[in-house]
Formats: sequence, C-alpha cells, structure tokens
Amino acid sequence: MTNSQLTPGIVPGRLPPQAYAANFADIAPPLDAHEVRVAADRCYFCHDAPCVTACPTEIDIPLFIRQIATGTPEAAARTIFSQNILGGICARVCPTETLCEGACVREAAEGKPVEIARLQRHATDTLMARNAHPFTRAAPTGKRVAVVGAGPAGLAAAHRLALKGHDVTLLDARPKGGGLNEYGIAAYKTAGGFAQAELDWLMGIGGITLKPGLALGRDLTLAELQSGHDAVFLGLGLGGVNALRAEGEDKAHVLPATDFIRELRQAADLAALPIGREVVVIGGGMTAIDAAVQARLLGAETVTLVYRRSKAAMGASTVEQDHATQNGVRIICNAAPVRLLGNGAVAEVEFAYTEERETGLHLLPQTFRLKADQVFKAIGQTLEPVPEGIAIDGGKIAITGAGRTSISGVWAGGDCAQGGDDLTVAAAAEGRDAAMDIHLYLMGADHG
Amino acid sequence: MADLTTTFIGIKSPNPFWLASAPPTDKEYNVRRAFQAGWGGVVWKTLGSEGPPVVNVNGPRYGVIHGADRRVLGINNIELITDRPLEVNLREIKSVKRDWPDRALIISLMVPCDEESWKDILARIEDTGADGVELNFGCPHGMAERGMGSAVGQVPEYIEMVTRWVKTHSRMPCIVKLTPNISDIRKPAEAAKRGGADAVSLINTINSITSVNLDDFAPEPMIDGKGTHGGYCGPAVKPIALNMVAEIARSAETRGLPISGIGGVTTWRDAAEFMALGAGNVQVCTAAMTYGFKIVQEMISGLSDYMDRKGFTSTAELVGRAVPNVTDWQFLNLNYITKAQIDQDLCISCGRCYAACEDTSHQAIAMSPGRVFTVKDEECVACNLCLDVCPVENCITMRELPQGEVDPRTGKVVSGYANWTSHPNNPMARAAE
Repeated sequence: MTNSQLTPGIVPGRLPPQAYAANFADIAPPLDAHEVRVAADRCYFCHDAPCVTACPTEIDIPLFIRQIATGTPEAAARTIFSQNILGGICARVCPTETLCEGACVREAAEGKPVEIARLQRHATDTLMARNAHPFTRAAPTGKRVAVVGAGPAGLAAAHRLALKGHDVTLLDARPKGGGLNEYGIAAYKTAGGFAQAELDWLMGIGGITLKPGLALGRDLTLAELQSGHDAVFLGLGLGGVNALRAEGEDKAHVLPATDFIRELRQAADLAALPIGREVVVIGGGMTAIDAAVQARLLGAETVTLVYRRSKAAMGASTVEQDHATQNGVRIICNAAPVRLLGNGAVAEVEFAYTEERETGLHLLPQTFRLKADQVFKAIGQTLEPVPEGIAIDGGKIAITGAGRTSISGVWAGGDCAQGGDDLTVAAAAEGRDAAMDIHLYLMGADHG
Repeated sequence: MADLTTTFIGIKSPNPFWLASAPPTDKEYNVRRAFQAGWGGVVWKTLGSEGPPVVNVNGPRYGVIHGADRRVLGINNIELITDRPLEVNLREIKSVKRDWPDRALIISLMVPCDEESWKDILARIEDTGADGVELNFGCPHGMAERGMGSAVGQVPEYIEMVTRWVKTHSRMPCIVKLTPNISDIRKPAEAAKRGGADAVSLINTINSITSVNLDDFAPEPMIDGKGTHGGYCGPAVKPIALNMVAEIARSAETRGLPISGIGGVTTWRDAAEFMALGAGNVQVCTAAMTYGFKIVQEMISGLSDYMDRKGFTSTAELVGRAVPNVTDWQFLNLNYITKAQIDQDLCISCGRCYAACEDTSHQAIAMSPGRVFTVKDEECVACNLCLDVCPVENCITMRELPQGEVDPRTGKVVSGYANWTSHPNNPMARAAE
C-alpha cells in the first residue's frame, strides 16, 4: 500500500519517507560563526533600548549582543538566563516580530531588525552545549514549595525557587515535563528534542524533584499540596478547548488542534501519523497556524485556515501568517463555521461570511462549503479543571501583584492566570516574578 | 568624461593612480597585470644593493584589523624590501617599461647610507628606462635596524645628504618617501627639499602592533611564538596621512614641493581628498592587496565624474584646492555658532545621541516620553558628537545661528568673525594691547 497526497480519507505516509525529516527540520537553523558576527555588529546598542522594554522578561539585549560581538557568547548566555532561564526555547518560539525585533530601531529605520532571536539562540546554544549550568544554588532554606505544571511558567518558577535555596516539587499531569514546549508547539520550532534537553539542563540547578503523571484535581487536591508545602505555585496552563458551537461539531474527525499537535510532537514516526487529504483549521492564533502548517508538512493536499474576523485581527502575526501561506496553507478571513456535514465522519464544513459591525460580528447570508476529512478546532483554550476554592476572573485564576491568588500561600502564573499574553516568554516572566514574591514571603520576618 | 592625465614632476601618466612600492609591485607579472587593469603608474618594490638579497620570514607577514563583516580596515606588515636578485628586477623593469611606455614606472631604492652605494645603484638602474626614483626612507621594520629605511628618514640631516648624493649621481627625477614615525613631518620634508628632491611621497607605514594573541601572549602576526612591530597601512591610517600631507602643503618652507599622497587611499574619493590637500597624485597599496587591481576602474570613473560635476578639466585644478582652508586653531572663528537639531521624521529613537551627550558631553539632549529626543539649545556647545554617533545620515544636522541671533547658551548676540588671537581670555592678546 502506497499513499500519496491524493489518497482519499485520513491515511499515513502520504509523502516519500525522506520528506518528513526535511519538512520538520529546524525552521531557523543556527547562524554560523560569521553570520553571528555580522548580525551582532548590526546592533546599535541603544540607550534604554526599546527591545528590552518589549521583552516580557526584560533581557538586556544590547548587552548580550555586545558580549556575542566581542567573542564571549557564554557571558551573553548568562545575561539572558539571569532574566529568563527559558531563553533557549524563547529564542525559538517567541513571536519576536511583535516583541523585541518589532521594537528594534532598525525595524523602524529599514524594516530589517537585528536578528535578536537567532543571536539569543547562538548564545544559549553555546552555553547549553557544554551542558553546564550557569548558576549556583543558594544554601538550602529548608522551605518546600510545590509547583504544579512543568510548562514555561512552572519551570521558570521552579528554577528561581531552587536557585534561592528552596526545595521544589514539580508536578505535571502529563508523562513528561515541558508543557506547551513539549506538547503544544510546532515540531520544526523545537527540533532535536530541545524541550526535553532544556528541561534536563534547567534541572541542573539542583533542588527540583520532577513528578510527572500527577494531576491536580485527579490525583491530589490543592489542600493536600498546601498542607505538605510552605507555598504553592500553579502553572496549570489551559487544559480545555472552546467549542465551535456549530451544528455537527460532534462528528468524527473534528478535534482540538492542540490534540493533533500533541500527538504529532510525541509521534515516534511522523510517516505513520495519519492525516486527511483535505484539512480545515478553524481559528486565527498561533495554535491554528502550527496545526495548519504541520498538516501540510505531513502531506495533506489542501489545508484551509478559516478565521471569523479580519486578517488584522488574527492572533498570529503577519510573519506567522506568511509562514503558513508559504507552506501552502490557504487563509480565509471573515468566515465562521455554521454547520459540519457528513455521514458520521465530517465531510464538509459550511461557513457563513461575516461582517464586523459596531454591534459585534454578524453572519451574512452568503455561505460556502469546504471539503474536509479532518477539522482542527483552534479557537481558544480554557482553564480546566478549575482548582477548587480559588477565585476566578474572566475564566482565569484571579491574581494580584506577582501572581498572588485569592488563597494565601498560593500563587499562579502563565496561561492559567489573569493578565499578560499567552506566550512562553510571558509565562517565563510570570513564573520568575511569582517565585521572587514567594521567596520574599518565605523568608520574610512576618511569615508565621 | 574628464581627462585624468597627470604630469607629476615631469612624469606623465594617464591617471593619477599609482601603485605604491610594496608587495603588489615586486615582479613583472604583477606589474603587467596592474597596467592591464589600468593603473597610471607603479613604484617598483624597493631594490637593495647588489649581492645576496634580503630574506623574509617564512611565517605570516601581515597583521590585520577588521571592521564589520571582516572589512579590512588596516594591515601591518613585516615584509622587507625585494628578496629577489637585483639583476632579475632590473631586467624585468626594462621589459615592462618597454611595453608600457605611457605608464609611469618609478624605482624605489634603499641601500646603505654611504655615497658609493647610492652611486653604484643609480648607475645600475640608468638604462632600465624607468621614469624616476623614490628613496625609501620610510620602512620602519627590519631594514631600519641595519641603518636604512626609517633610520635615515628619522634624521633630517641624513635625508638631505642622501638626496644630494642621488641628485649628484643621477639625472632622474627623485621622490623622497617619508616616514610618519617622527614628531614633525615638516622637518624631513624640508631636508629633502634642501637636498634637491623633486618631490616627497608620504606616508610610509606607521610603527604598530595590530593585536595581541591572548592565549599565546604574543603580538600578531606571530612567528614561532614571537612577534615584532610592523608597518601599519590601509584605511585606518588615512587621517594621519591627510594631516601630514596638508602640513607640508601649507608650510612656508615646503609650499609648492610636489607631493605624492599615500596612506589608506581606497576609493576615488580618498584620492580626491589627498589631491585637494596638495598631493599631485596618489599611491595605493592596501586597497589593491584587499580587492585586487580592478579597483582602479572605480577610482578612474569616480574621479572623472567628480571632476565633470565640478567642471575641472585637469587634475591640476583639484590639486591643492583645500590647502588655503587648512589653518591653525587660533584662527578659527569663535563667533561661528551652531546648534544640533534632530529631524524627528528621520529619528529612529535609538537614543545614542542621548547616551553620548548625557554620559560624555554636555547634557544637551532631552529624552521625553515616547523616546523623543530633542536638543537643549541652552546647553548645546555644538560639539557634533551626537551627529557623529547617530546611525541615520542627516538625521542630526548643525544649524548655524545667523549674526544678530542670541545664543541661548551664552545669552550673547552672535557677531562677526573673531578668533583667539584677539580674545579677551588670551593673555597674549592682552599683552599686545
């Protein structure tokens, strides 16, 4: 049996075997030594640099680039890691076009920013390649902190707490740590098993015990955690998926884009992963893009991404959008699903064109249908399950200050908590800042 | 297209671009390629006395300073004069000159500091057909320790003496090449003139160590763990060379002495600058060693276009044109008052002007919310640093305050020309009253 892009239905192996490695290779391979030198030399070393302000973790970008330019990439890496211990993954997945590189004065000047992300990757890769940990843990304090969720927020919090000498128990519901870095981001952004390598390297600080396979609400309660620890940090992420609320949503082969990406990321052999000939992705964020592009890279003949609002309103940046279209994804804006059709399994999706009015989004009478063997839903995620007894605001854990929840001794950060963009780098900042607040709380004289 | 034909001390060449005495001019093969590429003249790499030739090191001869993207900014070298037999060089010079009669061919010479040696070498080169000689009093390494090169060039009396020997024993035009490794460049130029030199050429290379190997703790280029100073050249030395050329061009004692300008000439514009400061032509080495001989085509087209724009029909109209405007500090107009101004439309808000002014200058730039940078006229002394460090061309400019306007910094009305010689703070000015 040989499948091709034209094979009907949902089948594996649509592409020649050697195509998979090429399709899922590092999307932005490391710069070579000379490219690094040229890229670093372009930094103007701005005063009170806008790129630093634009970075949620406030990495001193001009300083680390100057350290690279002068031949000390490991010093550059320490500058990065001192602000953001997840600087390695952030260099790969940050939408820098809307963050540091978007703020770069050379973007303003000539539309060509300093390649901050790739320089950051050069620095962090250089230090991590030695498998050395750049920091030394403080003397043990005897304090015990539970961190729930080993995604970006939890990892950043756990590392900072361990650095300060606290003993950290790091729990995660899934079999592996890493959170979205491991399960939720396109494979070509974190090629070479980077998420696990980074996790192992981060744990090199010492004082962190990773306990995977334990879920809050299923295997243990918040109250139990509190009783065994001096403080708790919740970096739960968003486990639920928004529904389309369209007729026929329960048909077979209609599934969350996050499930598709997770399965793909954990697949031992991408050629064995079934994919539809006609794939429809509904949504306009980064998850939608990651699912759509990877569906194409697996060999789907047509992949159409449909977003209900305008192109400008898409959560995915124009760089992400361009990346999708370059990979053959068709993007349709201003259309919303109204019906999914098919006999048991989905076969078609009917969309209505939309119009944005002052009163909100309105469906127009004009409709169209797209053939679909598979439909991936990527219209947002929800906090699920909600931890018991904690105040919620706008569907997320309510926080004040550096991640303090309504329960004394419990902090939260990352996508599960209010505020900030749902980005790896934002989660890293929130985890770090909550950890510093926990540290002050634990060491404070007023703590009974 | 302007005619670039240049006559320098009676030597005619189709353009003012000569290759300096250096590695590119050591052999017939190279020189023929240079003439084919379009170079107007060549100064053949320095010949020494008859006898066993000098030997060069067999490790690296060059050290380098790189700018961005490995752009060569400066090279230093520890190569000596030609290490090929005298007879071979003479035969080749004769052959090349016969085939390229319209090109200038000068022979660089360096022999021991006695009259017989000079008399002998001059006799040997007489029938090569070469157009002139250049006396290498400049090389700062290797030969200087043997009493030649810059060892002569640093003692004006020796320069005068040797130049006189050369003019006594030869009818060839004589160019004296000067070393910059001296405190006042006018002294050796004056000595050359007294000795009868037809021209001076400058600068030769500058004593230098380009870098230090921080693992082996030795200077680069490193020869078996050791290094030595070499001669520095290339774009990095151009400002030093321009000043030295200008000093000779405007000095009362040497005014009118023809100058062949050398030192970091890389483009037509560099050449034009040397010529405006009084050089009758220029000599090039590092640029050719970096990019090959073809660069002369850009120099020819560039200088020609420039002359057309300016309406110059001969290079002579350009030579020395900037010399009257080179003056001493004391004659600069102290009532010429400017203020920096920042074009907000061009500003990219990098803040480099602010950092430079706030940290290292006069705190004359304000930073407002939204990263808006503006000049505080009441603090600005017009030092120009902001303009220099701004990465955007023409974003910061200097506005001249017209006479009658009040300088917000001093509260004084801008008045007409006045310089230090008459300034009330000048004790010499008071003494003269």
